[in-house]
Amino acid sequence: MSAKTLMRGTHVLGEAAIRAGCRAYFGYPITPQNELPEYMASKFAKMDDAVFIQAESEIASINMVIGAAAAGARAMTSSSSPGISLKQEGISYLAAMELPAVIVNMMRGGPGLGNIAPAQGDYFQATRGGGHGDYRVIVLAPAYGQEIADMTRQAFDLADYYRTPVMILGDGMMGQMMEPVLFPEPVDPSSLPKKEWVVNGSKGRGSRVILSLLLDPPREEEHNWKLARKYQAITETIPDQEMYLTDDAELVVVAYGTAARIAKGAVHRVRQSGLKVGLYRPKTLWPFPSKPLAKLCDHVGQFLVFEMSTGQMVEDVRLAVEGRREVSFYGRPGGVVSTPEEVAAIVSSAYHGKSN
Amino acid sequence: MKKIFSRPDALKDNPFHYCPGCGHSIIHRLVAEVIDELGIRDRTIGVPPAGCAVLAYNYFDVDMCEAPHGRAAAVATGMKRILKDSVVFTYQGDGDIAAIGTAETIHAANRGERITAIFVNNAVYGMTGGQMAPTTLPGQETTTTPGGRLQVRDGYPLDLSGMLALAAGSVYIERTAVTSPKGIIRTKKAIKKAFETQLEDKGFSLVEVLSPCPTNWKMSPKDSIRWVDEIMTKIFPLKVIKDVA
Repeated sequence: MSAKTLMRGTHVLGEAAIRAGCRAYFGYPITPQNELPEYMASKFAKMDDAVFIQAESEIASINMVIGAAAAGARAMTSSSSPGISLKQEGISYLAAMELPAVIVNMMRGGPGLGNIAPAQGDYFQATRGGGHGDYRVIVLAPAYGQEIADMTRQAFDLADYYRTPVMILGDGMMGQMMEPVLFPEPVDPSSLPKKEWVVNGSKGRGSRVILSLLLDPPREEEHNWKLARKYQAITETIPDQEMYLTDDAELVVVAYGTAARIAKGAVHRVRQSGLKVGLYRPKTLWPFPSKPLAKLCDHVGQFLVFEMSTGQMVEDVRLAVEGRREVSFYGRPGGVVSTPEEVAAIVSSAYHGKSN
Repeated sequence: MKKIFSRPDALKDNPFHYCPGCGHSIIHRLVAEVIDELGIRDRTIGVPPAGCAVLAYNYFDVDMCEAPHGRAAAVATGMKRILKDSVVFTYQGDGDIAAIGTAETIHAANRGERITAIFVNNAVYGMTGGQMAPTTLPGQETTTTPGGRLQVRDGYPLDLSGMLALAAGSVYIERTAVTSPKGIIRTKKAIKKAFETQLEDKGFSLVEVLSPCPTNWKMSPKDSIRWVDEIMTKIFPLKVIKDVA
């Protein structure tokens, strides 16, 4: 497909996944992401080598991902906040067993059942592991339709390369919004690098085991350090961000995903009235792109974090800035979506030194 | 000297860690013998439980992939759907398959997944030290049913195999016991038939094997066998529960 296609975010994600060589999708209905499993079901129904199962639960679907990933397939599941909570057990196992998989979270208002409106309350859950044990999950945060396509490809590549689960963190608004997208060329799954660790029957070799149980503490410790070294390598390699009008900025707004698009509109507005304001948009949430943000302290006077939550990523911003600059926060949780005008007013008053 | 008895190829040369009088070692061997006889060792993948048999991969010389507690049927589903020519079996205890994994198991059976479950029922949580299982008998003493399992408080033994038989996707379900040579031969036949059902692409198959747990029952191996035969089989009768293979 060389021409741009107008598609909603969930469909972009599904199409990009198939083009990335994904041949196994397992999920359970939950709003606001149902268009993604529906897309996978309709496409996979016409493909001989692809598996779609609507599972009996989120728990079952993430465990089917474990099975398909262990068998060597590029496998994915998707859900929204409450469903992602249920998948956390399986995500911990994927990390421990070093199995590649892609998990999509189109976040909604929470905690609890919350609502089905777009929100960003799952930042902590996504970036701090989410399940039990000492592990991390790579978290990619697209903000545009094109980025959903590009990051979905990247998610499968990173998952395979590092043998680790990768989460794509979006929200209900991103899933519904239609934008023009240029898709990458499809990957033939058989052309992907051979996985020498899969369990697919032991023909012509010794039998293999994929496990996470290491009863002997020194062996479990060794495994934890091995994972830690992998996470360190990831931290040194993949952090990514967009910097918008930050070169001369005296105040920088930090926001990701849909919030970053609203913030960009706000930045645009306050720039028109002559304020030197920029936007820092993390594209990877774990690992968090701390270094370029810290570097901005050389000329930026203050940071304002805007999230569709009561304040979660703000902690990572403060860790990056290490107290050298003021970091303030503005957020609207629970599925309330701020307008650029609203955020512009907050930015403007922060710029002029008024507290929020 | 002529060798007339040896370890099946599908078993590794590792001594079993199971307690004296436990049925797991026998059941492991039977599964391995069936894998050998069917000539499917290099296309078989096993999914062990969380429970006493979690270390099954130390014994089975086939590819294996661990599952979170109770989720073996879902893991096996994902695996088998990708590797259609493989033979995928789960090996699960009563707590794993009939308590925490009930949903995964029933829905795998209902979808008619081409997998085989070996369900070892010893009416108790073994590895965690003898707590009440879903299959614990009325009045049976466990560490969490002091004075015995009381119906009004603790509910009834769950007949998972009977429930699975109701699912239209299940094809072959049998309950056996490894308490006598006859029972062991019967169990092996059942396991073989269950694997054959999968090889013939017919649907979900399961063998429930009643198995003694002298350690947690606090009985001698001999008394444990008698307890299975005389008491446990009253609640869990040995029979072909479903055969539409």
